[in-house]
Amino acid sequence: MNPDVKMHTKLDAKVPAGSLAEKWDRHRFNLKLVNPANKKKFEIIVVGTGLAGASAAATFAELGYHVKNFCIQDSPRRAHSIAAQGGINAAKNYSNDGDSVWRLFYDTIKGGDFRAREANVYRLAQLSCNIIDHCVAQGIPFARDYGGFLDNRSFGGAQVSRTFYAKGQTGQQLLLGAYSSLMRQVSTGMVKLFPRREMMDLVVVDGKARGIVVRNLITGELETYTAHAVVLATGGYGNVFNLSTNAMASNVTAAFRAYKKGAYFANPCYTQIHPTCIPVHGTFQSKLTLMSESLRNDGRVWVPKKPRDKRRPGDIPESERDYYLENKYPSFGNLVPRDVASRNAKEQCDLEKGVGETGLAVYLDFADAIKRDGENAIAGKYGNLFQMYEKITGDNPYKTPMMIYPAVHYTMGGLWVDYNLMSTIPGLFVLGEANFSDHGANRLGASALMQGLADGYFVIPYTIGGYLAQTSFSEINVPDSKEFKQGIQNVQQRIDKLLSVNGRRTVTEFHRELGLILWEYCGMSRNEEGLLKAREMVSNLRHEFWKDVYVPGTGKDLNQSLEKAGRVADFLEFGELMILDALARKESCGCHFNTAFQTEENEARRDDQNFCHVACWEYNGDDQVPNFHKESLTFENVELSQRSYK
Amino acid sequence: MISKTINLTLKVWRQNRGEKKGRLETYSAKNISVDMSFLEMLDVVNEELTKNKKETIAFDHDCREGICGMCGAVVNGRPHGHEKETTLCQLHMRHFSDGDIIVIEPWRARAFPLIKDLVVDRSALDNIIQAGGFISVNAGGAPDANALPISKEIAEAAFNAAACIGCGACVAACPNASAMLFVSAKVSQFALLPQGRPEAARRARTMVRMMDQCGFGNCSNETECEAECPKGISISNIARLNREFLKAEFS
Ligand SMILES: Cc1cc2nc3c(=O)[nH]c(=O)nc-3n(C[C@H](O)[C@H](O)[C@H](O)COP(=O)(O)OP(=O)(O)OC[C@H]3O[C@@H](n4cnc5c(N)ncnc54)[C@H](O)[C@@H]3O)c2cc1C
Ligand code: SF4
Ligand code: FES
Repeated sequence: MNPDVKMHTKLDAKVPAGSLAEKWDRHRFNLKLVNPANKKKFEIIVVGTGLAGASAAATFAELGYHVKNFCIQDSPRRAHSIAAQGGINAAKNYSNDGDSVWRLFYDTIKGGDFRAREANVYRLAQLSCNIIDHCVAQGIPFARDYGGFLDNRSFGGAQVSRTFYAKGQTGQQLLLGAYSSLMRQVSTGMVKLFPRREMMDLVVVDGKARGIVVRNLITGELETYTAHAVVLATGGYGNVFNLSTNAMASNVTAAFRAYKKGAYFANPCYTQIHPTCIPVHGTFQSKLTLMSESLRNDGRVWVPKKPRDKRRPGDIPESERDYYLENKYPSFGNLVPRDVASRNAKEQCDLEKGVGETGLAVYLDFADAIKRDGENAIAGKYGNLFQMYEKITGDNPYKTPMMIYPAVHYTMGGLWVDYNLMSTIPGLFVLGEANFSDHGANRLGASALMQGLADGYFVIPYTIGGYLAQTSFSEINVPDSKEFKQGIQNVQQRIDKLLSVNGRRTVTEFHRELGLILWEYCGMSRNEEGLLKAREMVSNLRHEFWKDVYVPGTGKDLNQSLEKAGRVADFLEFGELMILDALARKESCGCHFNTAFQTEENEARRDDQNFCHVACWEYNGDDQVPNFHKESLTFENVELSQRSYK
Repeated sequence: MISKTINLTLKVWRQNRGEKKGRLETYSAKNISVDMSFLEMLDVVNEELTKNKKETIAFDHDCREGICGMCGAVVNGRPHGHEKETTLCQLHMRHFSDGDIIVIEPWRARAFPLIKDLVVDRSALDNIIQAGGFISVNAGGAPDANALPISKEIAEAAFNAAACIGCGACVAACPNASAMLFVSAKVSQFALLPQGRPEAARRARTMVRMMDQCGFGNCSNETECEAECPKGISISNIARLNREFLKAEFS
């Protein structure tokens, strides 16, 4: 632990008693129910319309609650979930290959490097099957086999085929399903929709989350909304790195505002870096595009043996190529897990063996696979991906090797929640990528969609009832409420401040610089020296931002520069929290790889004695070191083991 | 090896919120790498404007991967530009030449009021879905997913219709500003699948009515929509919609 961090209480996750398999059933029985006639007296705010938010909002309305649903985009259908490609896991065992709830549970816990909560993960595996049933009933056109039954594939190194998919557009189809249920509830009047709104603050009254302040992105007006509970489903914070595979509007603002109001932030340093993305082409690159991981099933990864070799790939003879994954990991080869593949790619580039214009890429070569199976077979498997690659890069991967590079993809950290998905602020619930819950230190492929929908369709509809039934609420009259007045005032002040700095540098320049610092020092491998340096660099950058940023336009209008400025300002503060968390975790686990803690095989070396916990941070005032709390993780059902891929 | 760059002249529609009339303003886009996307090119112009303390050009975007449907503008008279089956965010600058003049305008349709510059209000498309673009099922009651086999062909046809990203380019392309392609894609997806059959006729009727109410025009088989759709949604869906609609009207 760092000397300047204060250690505090232990957190209670409210995990119900009983055997793993019975916990959720029992808990549902023990939760107080809201009388059906009373449900309509309750109002729930849902921020976010991705898989988690849309599914929750629709289901609340189906149960009879009144819902106010907010999103940044012009339509709820455009939330970032729309972009997920690969698929969604479920323990259906339709392939009869030995899958089960237990196996999905075990794989997820192990994949997370034993840093997730057993009870939550088991519940997730249990609910996975209900998700698929519901999605099919909604009319989601999943891939099917010739018998007309649902097709499954194996994904992300799983040894069973449990991934359901809809071509390379699974996220789109799942989200449109949730969106259609949501639209049905809008038409019944149970859901009121507020698109093009950005949540700027959470309002806490008598210690409970009772409302939000949003900015109407078209008029610039600040608006307030009240409710009996607030549900955040605002997605992940990968854009803190500037370049990531996330959509442009993905942000940490909503979660960070809740953090500043008392919600603890858990494991902010856990970020997943995906090994197969299209490399950066230049300074003005705005985002990165993921290429499905399945490509590594047939593509061979290599770099030239000689540093700074600028020959074209075809001119480099076999003997001068280093198939570094195959050489280093003979049994897994190109199929090593995401984090191992990513770290190795960066390592090669740091040795100046990277290829392409920027030197920040490695080859993924299909020549041998095409020779072996023929171009048609390869086109059958990857045709659409090859096409997408060609569209973006102008290169034809049938003729010349693809170039790939790792990119920030998913954030396992998020607001801390208990078994009921409630944060440390009563009445504030957090779902989907925005919470920290189920993936530990590393998420397995096709598990985020599963988690978002489990949270929204099948967990929160029950657990929120338990809260509402047991809580007494005071009447709120917004014009008189000092909390709401204060909320508006704070947000307004901040906007005014952003617009009045009137400096010389653009928001994009600051964002780019922050991204580079974090990528270098708090990315796929870290060490204490680098983290300490980064902490200072980020802090300096933040001070510079507030002195020298320039934001054009006014606050009373659609002003995309101002929107971005607000998000980047939060990223600048949040970046420091990530670094602090990475410093405090003096071990390696999953995606948090501290070079001081590795096995002889260069694998993450955990320290289960001292770090088998969730690290939670409590806001303690601006420019103050936050307080540290921990939730100890106990494993009663699985044995902690060490990964090895040699 | 440094990638090729080009210089362009842009004529961009600028119109403030509440302003009756807009105008095309001229900007130069210099040293644009041909590897950039069209939106990244606009980012460069906006950075330049910011540096000169001028207001940036407003345009909608989010995923920048061609899937969210948020982006879109009429480029040299064509929604999403001239590349086939490509959204504006996936249109790359290698398809332009040094010295080109590019005219960039917002979607124009009565049902899509202009908000600012290139940004329009497409909430009418959500209204159409609210009118019936769903299967009425509540969470929790569904039978096992494999209880109802659906042939691969049908599942794929439904998928192809479901691939619509709701961008509104079909409306912008249509001389009547009709949303028929959009409506027909959703109606077809559900009409093809057995789960969607029970509500098929009613769905077609309520969605088409809402389309009319929102101020979209009628379909007169111009087929411009299909030509400009970034997701290759076929106009055969419109024929299917018409069949469902007739069934509904005569039942
Ligand atoms: C390219 C890509 C591919 C992926 N592929 C897969 C895959 O194959 N399988 C898988 O399981 N996972 C995949 N993932 C991960 C997965 O897509 C996401 O983790 C998941 O969709 C997140 O869903 P969500 O509902 O939590 O949030 P999101 O979908 O990100 O939605 C966030 C919502 O919150 C709103 N919002 C955010 N901030 C605010 C604010 N301040 N005010 C108001 N509204 C706000 C947004 O408007 C949006 O509606 C992929 C991710 C990426 C980037
Ligand atoms: S039919 Fe095509 S053009 Fe029309 S909204 Fe859908 S994707 Fe866009
Ligand atoms: S920005 Fe999402 S489709 Fe273009």
